Amino acid sequence: MTAEDFSKAGELVCPAGTPAALRTAVDAGADSIYCGFRNATNARNFPGLNFTPEELQASVAYAHERGSKVLLALNTYPPAGKVDLWREAAEHGMRAGVDAFIVADMGVAQHIATTHPGARLHLSVQAAASSPEAIRYYCENFGVRRVVLPRILTIPEIKQIKRDIPCEIETFIFGNHGLMVEGRCSLTNWMTGLSTNMDGVCSPAADVTYDREADGSMSSRLAGFTIDRFAPEETAGYPTICKGRYNAPHRPDGYYAFEEPISLNLGRLLPDLMAAGVHAFKIEGRQRSKSYVRQVVSAFRRAVDDIREGQAPDIGDLVALTEGQKETQGAFKTKKWR
Amino acid sequence: MTTMQTLRPVPRGAGLPSTALRMALQPVLRRVVRRIAARHPEMFARIAPYQKADFLIVAKELPFALHLRPDPDAPVMRAVPKSPLPPCDAHIEGPFMLLLNLVDGESDGDAAFFSRDLTISGNTEAVVSLRNALDDVDSSIAQETADLFGPPGRAVLGLLRRRGAAA
Repeated sequence: MTAEDFSKAGELVCPAGTPAALRTAVDAGADSIYCGFRNATNARNFPGLNFTPEELQASVAYAHERGSKVLLALNTYPPAGKVDLWREAAEHGMRAGVDAFIVADMGVAQHIATTHPGARLHLSVQAAASSPEAIRYYCENFGVRRVVLPRILTIPEIKQIKRDIPCEIETFIFGNHGLMVEGRCSLTNWMTGLSTNMDGVCSPAADVTYDREADGSMSSRLAGFTIDRFAPEETAGYPTICKGRYNAPHRPDGYYAFEEPISLNLGRLLPDLMAAGVHAFKIEGRQRSKSYVRQVVSAFRRAVDDIREGQAPDIGDLVALTEGQKETQGAFKTKKWR
Repeated sequence: MTTMQTLRPVPRGAGLPSTALRMALQPVLRRVVRRIAARHPEMFARIAPYQKADFLIVAKELPFALHLRPDPDAPVMRAVPKSPLPPCDAHIEGPFMLLLNLVDGESDGDAAFFSRDLTISGNTEAVVSLRNALDDVDSSIAQETADLFGPPGRAVLGLLRRRGAAA
């Protein structure tokens, strides 16, 4: 690695939905923390979550005093004629002194690249750039310095991509399995009228209901559509359409048509990812609590430090925090994960 | 605002001796919620659309439920009967220690939901807003509550935490 690199390889990129969660992540050993404003400029536009410009400024100061960086997610797509919100967010981010912007939309990338030429750009997973050609395009035209890869690539594929691109790679290592083509998913829009990619809401809470049925099971519904029904003692998942369990003529008992409620955990693959050229490890979960942040960041901090000292990483047991209380290594291990 | 139904039947007899207990608790709960609201005014911005919403918080082991209305000008927390539960906008139910740890940021609400230890119903957006507002509080609300009552309060909280850890 050279001195120009953002930080050492194995950078731990951690989520924060509130200032308290950001401070928790810093104190637990995060190298970088990513967060967003309380509006549609980021893909976790959830009620009661996220930062005001003033909170961001104070949080950046807290992180910088302790040697951590703050990455601002501006990773949604502005609807036509509504770009001002994203431009204002970029201004607020610059004033707060964030260390990088995570962007998906070309217009947002171009605006920051030209208006704030010193700013560092990371390409969000929401851009779904999974080929060297696509990634190089963002690097050459907008000066992107890092790509967050979609969670659909094997480690050998990542290694090959790394050889063909001029920027750092960041991969998810824990949290949402994320198999949908991110930035392109319109399932929520179809059912609720709100867009994951433009409004920043996947399964908006205002449209979600949980109902206890007469047999003790729990039904989760989105905009009135039942997307799963969990038996009394069965573990549950998020109320997202992609993780719904559906009846079909050939599967009358219901089945997970797209993906299951299960979480990604690449703790055991960290050395392989580093060997493949992955620079930064991303923990998903800005919507989660500071308790989750504390436990997951601490575990991966120990694991990365172990690897740097030449030891096998011990990630401990995080299954209690996982969706459906199940873990997978997903496509990183094999594309036959089901 | 929607009106909730009771999620699960309350064990027979659970509400019988609780009227006097509830009456005795009301001034204590009123004092607690006012003190917490005064010490953490920033949390109300996160729950702004639901400051007038009525939450029912049901700890499975307690003979009563808690009614919370996070109105910064007139915060409400009071003990209410479990059977029948009064109408509300959102209903949150789980073991007492889990609820205590959630308030204190020591447990993760999503994980408790995945494991089915935590049950929510009614207005999901209100519940998510409340969760996020509480999670942005750095200090321990349970500890602040215990401190209100001096050494006896701290002793009770310590006992509860030890029992929770041993469970």
